[in-house]
Amino acid sequence: MTVVGGDAGGLSASPPPNSVSRLVGSGRADDASRSPGRSGLFRGAARVAATLPLLALAGTITILTVKALPSIRVNGLHFLTGSAWKPGSTYGATVRTNGVEHPLGASYGIWPLIVGTLQTSAIAVVLAVPISIGAAFALTERMPTWLSRPLSLAVEILAGIPSVILGLWGVLTLGPFLAQHVYPLVADHVPDVPVLRYFRGPTGHGEGLATSGLVLTLMIVPIITATTRDLFRQVPTLPKEGATALGMTDAETARRVTVPWVRTGIVGATVLGLGRALGETIAVAMISGAALNSVSANIYGTMGTIAAAIVTQLDSAYTDGTGFAISALAEAALVLAVITVGVNLIARLVISRSGRLTAPVGRSG
Amino acid sequence: MDRNRGRRLWELAFRLGAILALALVVGPAAWLLVGVVAKAAPHWRWSVLFTPTTGASGGLANAITGTVVLMAGVLIVAGTLGVLGGIYLAELAPARRGGKQGSSVLRLATDVLSGVPSITLGFVVYIALVLGLHWGFSLAPAVVVLSVMVIPYIARSTESALAQVPTGYREGAEALGMSPGYALRKIVVRTALPGIVTGLLIALAISSGETAPLLYTAGFTNSFPQPHLIHTPVAYLTYPVWTFYNYPSNEAHTLANDAALILVVLVLILLIGARLITNRAERYSEGTGR
Repeated sequence: MTVVGGDAGGLSASPPPNSVSRLVGSGRADDASRSPGRSGLFRGAARVAATLPLLALAGTITILTVKALPSIRVNGLHFLTGSAWKPGSTYGATVRTNGVEHPLGASYGIWPLIVGTLQTSAIAVVLAVPISIGAAFALTERMPTWLSRPLSLAVEILAGIPSVILGLWGVLTLGPFLAQHVYPLVADHVPDVPVLRYFRGPTGHGEGLATSGLVLTLMIVPIITATTRDLFRQVPTLPKEGATALGMTDAETARRVTVPWVRTGIVGATVLGLGRALGETIAVAMISGAALNSVSANIYGTMGTIAAAIVTQLDSAYTDGTGFAISALAEAALVLAVITVGVNLIARLVISRSGRLTAPVGRSG
Repeated sequence: MDRNRGRRLWELAFRLGAILALALVVGPAAWLLVGVVAKAAPHWRWSVLFTPTTGASGGLANAITGTVVLMAGVLIVAGTLGVLGGIYLAELAPARRGGKQGSSVLRLATDVLSGVPSITLGFVVYIALVLGLHWGFSLAPAVVVLSVMVIPYIARSTESALAQVPTGYREGAEALGMSPGYALRKIVVRTALPGIVTGLLIALAISSGETAPLLYTAGFTNSFPQPHLIHTPVAYLTYPVWTFYNYPSNEAHTLANDAALILVVLVLILLIGARLITNRAERYSEGTGR
């Protein structure tokens, strides 16, 4: 499930319309804090509510770290580089390693899952960015309102479709269709040279890396499209008219005026989409073939991602009486949380660093 | 002359590319919606809405009521806290030097939290509440995880709606001698109400479509929701889709497809409702000569 609308996390290109009143507002806030009673109570409650996300974030990292400690102590760095997901003996035989009790032979490594997570997200972002920018142009430039309104709504609806529905459609409809009609065609006609060789070989039944990447593309395209569309609408008309008056074509105006004007916003929207793709769980769990121990040999093979593994391994983790499997899942969740929080922080920094958008007109390139 | 032909070709490629890109967005969306309806319609029985699940057959009444109960819980918990948080971020947070509204750390945390994968949050609530506090699979941990997911969204959309209230309204309220709290309640929040409600509707759409965190918190049950916050599992609509689609029986497939159709209709109602409110509000604010 994805989100579109609102301020898209502070990506708006225009300064807040009421910066004056914000000054006024802060003055009033001081008044409110001085006067006791309902207003002070309200203010306190509001402050607590506003602090909740920070607490939730800190709590998430803390709880995951504490729960992951046994796994960190037993698996060590091997957890990141190893490629075996072995719950160990299921007959109750347990051993102790570094003071942690765990089933005999239990060993966890998530390298294939890290690779799978990065591969699917890379496919999604590489495909989604040009499609989204193109679609945003189609929606904002020279399209009559009677047509752009319903199409805009369609984009927003696609953003709101639950991921389990996209997963169901991907595994029952899109995957089989691609495996029958598209993948064999590509696999047979791509030349056998480095890089492109990755597109050759057995094409499978439609569950795997390519289908997962395509469905993820479909999930993040509406996010980036809707945000980019809103950004394009905020670009003032005057510089665009100026460009047209100078004899620029629409394509040149787009490249020289519109896109540079909101470039930071597009980068921010892209990274938000990337974060969404990295963390997507249910759809990928349904479509990827849910492999745990191997990296796909070509682009059609089955694979797994960290998020999908957490959800598919829950049932088998129950059966581990020592709780070590839960600890391994916690470490996997911690790795995923660190990756996504890192990506989001970088995105926010990029957005705030470049600050207010300046008028790039007149600069070449 | 030659150069101009190149430019004209580029222009043509640009326009065709943009339209192709839009088709690549809208096409699959239409394919998806038609596909969901086409899969569910041939075997559709209205009794699905009124019979509870038995094993992998029967109906979805328990899941529908469960989803409604979860949404009500999210509306109460996340609605209250999210709107309060948004009001704080937009109106009450102390200003920093330079006149910019403060609490950038809170705002950053809100944005970053909204980017944390729902499965991670679900797993944390599973460790902390389901196992840690022995609440078991039940309503309370499910509402907690869904609320943590959507509070950032509600807070940011509330903040954004409040930021769009015209300065003149605030100045007018102050000039009339209203106290800050009274002006906030009667003028500012009321003006921003359409934006806030839109955010709430979209948050409800998000929480009704979630699967991964609920697998770790709500469990599933064949019975209707019970008046217990903990120790009693709750059914929800995404579970049959996720679980029954690869069961061997046709009845299970039918249930999965039916649940998918009901979910899509529910989400469509919420999203189109949100869009209608936004459109109305826009028209209204244009009418008042803003």
